[in-house]
Amino acid sequence: MNKKALSAPYVIWIIGGTLIPLALMLYYGLTDGEGSFTLSNILAIGEPGHLKALLTALLLAAVSTLICFLLAFPIAVLLRRVKRAKGLIIFLFLLPMWMNFLLRTMAWQVLLEKGGVINSIISWLGFEKLRLINTPGAVIMGMVYDFLPFMLLPINNAVSKIALSTTEAAYDLGASEMQVVFKVVLPLSVPGIVSGITMVFVPALTTFVISNMLGGGKIYLIGNIIEQEFTVGDNWNLGAGLSIVMMVFILISMLFIAKFDKDVEEDLAI
Amino acid sequence: MNNTKMISRFSLFKRMVLFAIIISMLCTMLSACSSSGDDEDTATVGENGVVYVYNYGDYVDPDVVDMFEEETGIKVIYDTFDTNEEMYPIISSSSVKYDVVGAGDYMVEKMIQNDLLSEINHDNVPNFKYASEMCLEFAEGYDPGNVYSMPYTWGTVGILYNSRNIPDGEITLWSDLWKDKYYDDIMMMDSLRDGLMIPLKILGCSCNTSNEDEISKAADKLIEQKELVYKYATDAIRDLLLNESANIGVIYSGEAIYCQEDDEDMHYVLPEEGSNIWFDTWTIPKVAENKENAEKWINFMYRPDIALKTYEYLHYGTPNVEAEKMIAELYPEDFENPALFPDESLIAKCETYHYLGKETDAIYNKYWKKFKAS
Amino acid sequence: MKKHGALRVIYLVLIIIFLYAPIFTLMVLSFNEGKSMGKWTGFSLRWYASMFSDEEIMEALGNTVFIALVSALVSTVIGTAVCIALPRMNKKIRDAFLALNNIPLLNADIVTGLSLMLAFVAFGVSLSMGTVILSHITFCIPYVILSVRPRVKQLGNTGYEAALDLGATPGQALFKVILPEIRPGITAGFLMAFTMSVDDFIVTHFTRGAGVNTLSTLIYGQVRIGIRPTVYALSTIVFVTVLIVLVLANVFQGKGARARQGKRI
Repeated sequence: MNKKALSAPYVIWIIGGTLIPLALMLYYGLTDGEGSFTLSNILAIGEPGHLKALLTALLLAAVSTLICFLLAFPIAVLLRRVKRAKGLIIFLFLLPMWMNFLLRTMAWQVLLEKGGVINSIISWLGFEKLRLINTPGAVIMGMVYDFLPFMLLPINNAVSKIALSTTEAAYDLGASEMQVVFKVVLPLSVPGIVSGITMVFVPALTTFVISNMLGGGKIYLIGNIIEQEFTVGDNWNLGAGLSIVMMVFILISMLFIAKFDKDVEEDLAI
Repeated sequence: MNNTKMISRFSLFKRMVLFAIIISMLCTMLSACSSSGDDEDTATVGENGVVYVYNYGDYVDPDVVDMFEEETGIKVIYDTFDTNEEMYPIISSSSVKYDVVGAGDYMVEKMIQNDLLSEINHDNVPNFKYASEMCLEFAEGYDPGNVYSMPYTWGTVGILYNSRNIPDGEITLWSDLWKDKYYDDIMMMDSLRDGLMIPLKILGCSCNTSNEDEISKAADKLIEQKELVYKYATDAIRDLLLNESANIGVIYSGEAIYCQEDDEDMHYVLPEEGSNIWFDTWTIPKVAENKENAEKWINFMYRPDIALKTYEYLHYGTPNVEAEKMIAELYPEDFENPALFPDESLIAKCETYHYLGKETDAIYNKYWKKFKAS
Repeated sequence: MKKHGALRVIYLVLIIIFLYAPIFTLMVLSFNEGKSMGKWTGFSLRWYASMFSDEEIMEALGNTVFIALVSALVSTVIGTAVCIALPRMNKKIRDAFLALNNIPLLNADIVTGLSLMLAFVAFGVSLSMGTVILSHITFCIPYVILSVRPRVKQLGNTGYEAALDLGATPGQALFKVILPEIRPGITAGFLMAFTMSVDDFIVTHFTRGAGVNTLSTLIYGQVRIGIRPTVYALSTIVFVTVLIVLVLANVFQGKGARARQGKRI
């Protein structure tokens, strides 16, 4: 029995499941409805509607990634000092991640709707109801909630790997607590932070589900445009072209982030 | 960088070794017990074959489906879409081969032009003799002679508002929805044609215009209103009205009736600028593999007692004359409801949508996206 | 440093509230008598009753588990096979394989889903549950490789060759020597694939066929029509199940680890 033959199914799968589909995406993106070559689907990103949707997506994704980081890093630092029941506490933070992400997003809709829980409490207290849902804020909230574990996991891993002796040494040398956090823990957890940023930024930039459910049709992201072109708009070529542009933006942002961490490349190769 | 994600998940996964398997067994057992065999619909076939129906969600009374299966021995596989625009690419690419497709009037026109529909054999649909004059007249606009389609329901697009919070009679026009005092209280349609129809009607244009200038102005008008709007949605509007998340919603007439059953204070208005009158029809795609079963399905839907059941379930206008007579007898109060039987002078101002061709479609799309992304 | 202790606890507690408030809201509303999202009208179990008698939900649940089991199984076999073959290949091909393996991992889900749909349509495959399974296998294989490969690397080639020297056939050597050694990696890969499949919405959304619903697509469809309280009941059940499974897993893993430690000492 030839061991190499064992790779045959995988080769077939990679070709059929990854390479051919991506090649087709490229083909659709670079041709028009009749099959002749065109760049118009790519250049269509310049149309006001498309450009605005891309910029909104970049903005919302960047803001929610930042918030995720600002929430997750202190958690990781604090968890490091927990002594009793550490496993249980980490478990508490990760448990919601195992729940279906549509259910989690829907939960926010129930909370934020004008006839929903938060506004019911507000009006019961005698205040004017607030505009919570169907705003950029609601979409960011959904992104943060859905993707926070993806930020927390790698950062927590990186932070917990830092040996206690390292931080003890810093304290012994007279560093204040803040100094230890910012001058020792933060630099040492950069690889985890970079992973976290990519793992939050990419799904946030490309989502159409969260903007649909919490944006009330008022927030239109590049993911929504692409989804609509393939479903409602019936222009697969345009949808494919915009997907390519979106992928390019993801690659650019990943390269940009990777600049902060030389280990990333090593990390990428298995 | 995904490695980190993998590694951290890895350890969690290790903990689940036994239990994920146990849970999956539990789930399989659970679903097997409680849905006794019905979930094997792709495997089981009725004695006379199957019919694949593609239609709006919740748009056929489940009892009617059961009756059809029982009487004909044909297994119904019912699949759903949210909008016609979503349905079209599925049919045009024939990525799924459906036998009967519920299609709106303008979509019928588009599908005919693109040669996607098969002619219905009228001999196999004898019950079509019950079709009403009014429906046949409007049908001339999109499918002369009903060669490819037969109406299933009809209705209008109007405004439903909660009269507890908005004085009765305060809203009579589309342009009322642009008033600042309704800030955060309005729900608009999230579909291209319905969405743009409203500003076009306010501007006094036809909702079938192909004049780019008019379409652009209509989109600008929607952008101007966006700040006032609570949400753009389609089916979700009725529940949000009932939940008092907002007090005004643009809605299909049938949905209005559904809301009024739950809450008497919901008032329906067919705006004076005129609106859209629409027909949802049954069509048979060219690629259908069970055409005769599809015709049996349509014929069944035209049986007066079934049309009546459909009305009772959906509360949309019926194209069936016999069913209409029964409704008049059984539910006389429905005849005074403008949501069901609007004033003839108002119907006269209504238009059906027409398929506008690829180029005009592209213009509508462009301005709709511009508005949506604004 | 003591004075900050309370602040720390407050911060962690606030985050926990942020994480759990939405889930508990759904739980509470699932026992609400009325349909309202914001008003409590009385205790009732009716939504649970209607959930369990809702064929659509039960079918989606069955589909979800079925799709996840099949795709996890197939992707585990394919992924494990290639991991065993990898050490025998020359470095260039191996690096190429591993680079390709990263594509589905780094790609945005929407692009993976759409490109698979394009491929199915281009080859005239009509969308069905089969296409969903094929797609799920595609995005699950890389996760299996990620968990199995470290084990194979660790194993090296000596055990296999020793078995051959002792007269085992290559098949025997594979099943009796290699597979038992890398079994923890295989199990982990299977479970990872299973979870990825259960949690997926986007790829399923674009590759599913007539009437095929998983929990994710069902919920998405229902939310667009208007959220029904049966979905609150469903999410409570999902949450409680996940909780029980993870707690049990933790307890057992803890015991297992202690037992193993005991052995070593």
